[in-house]
Amino acid sequence: MGKYIVKRILITIPVLLMVTVFCFIIVNLAPGDPTDLYISENATEQQIAQMRSSLGIDQPFPIQYFKWLLNLVQGNLGFSFASRLPVIDVLPTKIIATVTLMASTLLVSYLLAIPLGIISARKQNGFVDNLITGVSFLGISIPNFFFGLALIYIFALQLGVLPTGGMETLGGSGGLVDRMQHLILPTIVLAAFYCSNMIRYVRASMIDIFAENYMRTATAKGLKETLILWGHGVRNAWVPIITVISTDIPKMLGGAIVTEQIFQWPGIGQWMISAINARDYPVLMAINLVAAVSVLVFNLLADLLYAAVDPRIRY
Amino acid sequence: MAINSILSVKDLTISFNTFEGEVNAVRGVTFDLKEGETLALVGESGSGKSVSTKAITQLLPQRHTTISKGEIWYHDHDLLKKSSKEMKKIRGKDIAMIFQDPMTSLNPTLTVGRQIAEPLIEHRGMTKQAAKVEAIALMRKVGIVAAEQRFHQYPHQFSGGMRQRVMIAIALACHPKILIADEPTTALDVTIQAQIIDLLKELQAEFATSTIFITHDLGVVANIADRVAVMYAGKIVEIGTVDEIFYNPKHPYTWGLLASMPTMKMDNDDLYTIPGSPPNLLNVPTGDPFSSRNMYALEIDFQEEPPMFKVSETHYAATWLLHPDAPSIEVPEEIKRRNEQFVSILAAKGADSDE
Repeated sequence: MGKYIVKRILITIPVLLMVTVFCFIIVNLAPGDPTDLYISENATEQQIAQMRSSLGIDQPFPIQYFKWLLNLVQGNLGFSFASRLPVIDVLPTKIIATVTLMASTLLVSYLLAIPLGIISARKQNGFVDNLITGVSFLGISIPNFFFGLALIYIFALQLGVLPTGGMETLGGSGGLVDRMQHLILPTIVLAAFYCSNMIRYVRASMIDIFAENYMRTATAKGLKETLILWGHGVRNAWVPIITVISTDIPKMLGGAIVTEQIFQWPGIGQWMISAINARDYPVLMAINLVAAVSVLVFNLLADLLYAAVDPRIRY
Repeated sequence: MAINSILSVKDLTISFNTFEGEVNAVRGVTFDLKEGETLALVGESGSGKSVSTKAITQLLPQRHTTISKGEIWYHDHDLLKKSSKEMKKIRGKDIAMIFQDPMTSLNPTLTVGRQIAEPLIEHRGMTKQAAKVEAIALMRKVGIVAAEQRFHQYPHQFSGGMRQRVMIAIALACHPKILIADEPTTALDVTIQAQIIDLLKELQAEFATSTIFITHDLGVVANIADRVAVMYAGKIVEIGTVDEIFYNPKHPYTWGLLASMPTMKMDNDDLYTIPGSPPNLLNVPTGDPFSSRNMYALEIDFQEEPPMFKVSETHYAATWLLHPDAPSIEVPEEIKRRNEQFVSILAAKGADSDE
């Protein structure tokens, strides 16, 4: 097991290098030049050259990349072109904002989805199942920009009970209640998708499990229904559930771009959009790195958890 | 010699609602299971063997199943009228089951030990510790060596034969009055089959369990059963003691089954097969469903289903050939040979009882 973990971590190093190389190339190949944005239209050739050299983008790609990499190894993610602040100083506040939204979204989603998926599977093709499947289909299909704006219109503008966006009331005293109120709408919008998605996975795997011979054995033993369901049935559904969770988390860590934008949530998604608009290469590279690392980390965690929930899986 | 019946199935009629229509899987099955005996249910796939026995423990999928008629008496209770809650107390405790496929019948995510201990905790009110001790004893009893270590192992660490032993340990954990073994050896290879059959016989004698043994292997039947019920198209067509069924069969379908059984003495290479295939139970043909495959079919076979005719106190068969007005027919050679042996078996039995 320990050996397996070390091996997996060693494998991630070349993968991460490849990811950063590709990201660097794509970011730099994208049309537009940072100098266009940070210097007046009337700037002289010399001023532009000066700007380019101060941003470090006057050098060839490979040198730029290796400089970036050398800094990275030292824990330096460079300076944001736009704000001139060290990226490493801004990154944690953005991650905290996104993780807050992610935690509330996934918590709500899974607490609802797992029982609903099980109920749906048990009542397969019945009224309750059709209702749950129908609503979850809606949850997956509804565009989040539309759903988000609709919720803002109803709850913020018409009813005035919830804030339109942000993480806390500007100039307010803050506090937990205030933050919770700001969380509600973006959480609903994101959970609509993540919860529905999970319901479908749980339902499908539970339907398969209910048809398994070992479930018949459990019934033939005369066990109580709750024991049959949780002790014998759901136990076997953890592998697909873990798979979904381990892809959901990196997906959200990469930033809930549209939703954060609509609700002015100061997380990674919003930061990414502003960085793209500002051709802020160091910020984009940092966000890409966070996304890539989280994919790799949660994949590894999922693989380790598989072994914990399924005795047939051993490393 | 009246032995009490522990289970009486009366006129059991079951159909499944499918997309194509109503499938009449079981069409009026009646049999008794006597205390301590082994009753074999034999017949082709789809003849209703499994379905009849699953109805006993209410293991059929409720939504698609209609039990339109019948009674299943166990002690003074009609099991068909039991609520699922009441049935839970009977399943695994009074009536236990062993299934065909040991590879998939155990939960892959639970230790074998826990799976054996569960019914002990549920029905015998044991503590976890006591259940563990008892489960290890059961594992030894079914022939699992190093039971203490294997208690903590998972099903994938067991071979097919060993898993079936585990299933047997689970089934016998609460000393059930009735054991329903649904083709328990079909998925195993031949040498393992023999071991499992021997084990079942041994344990059945020890626990005095009445057994319903479902199989299509007549060799196994001869080895394990006291009585045999032959099923065809959702009905019992012949029922009797092993000797009566093997040496004095009356139903042409039983003749076909026996003739198609390979024996060591066979001198020709051709094994007899019953022509045709079982009828589609979506539309049960009028008359005897076997008539179209029956070379001895009479005209009435195509018009009316035969009732059960009594051959002896223990032997009944549903064929018009037993009607007093039926013409006499030439019985197949194989059956004639068997009939001759029956005479000597009867004589030997008679000598036994004289002593």
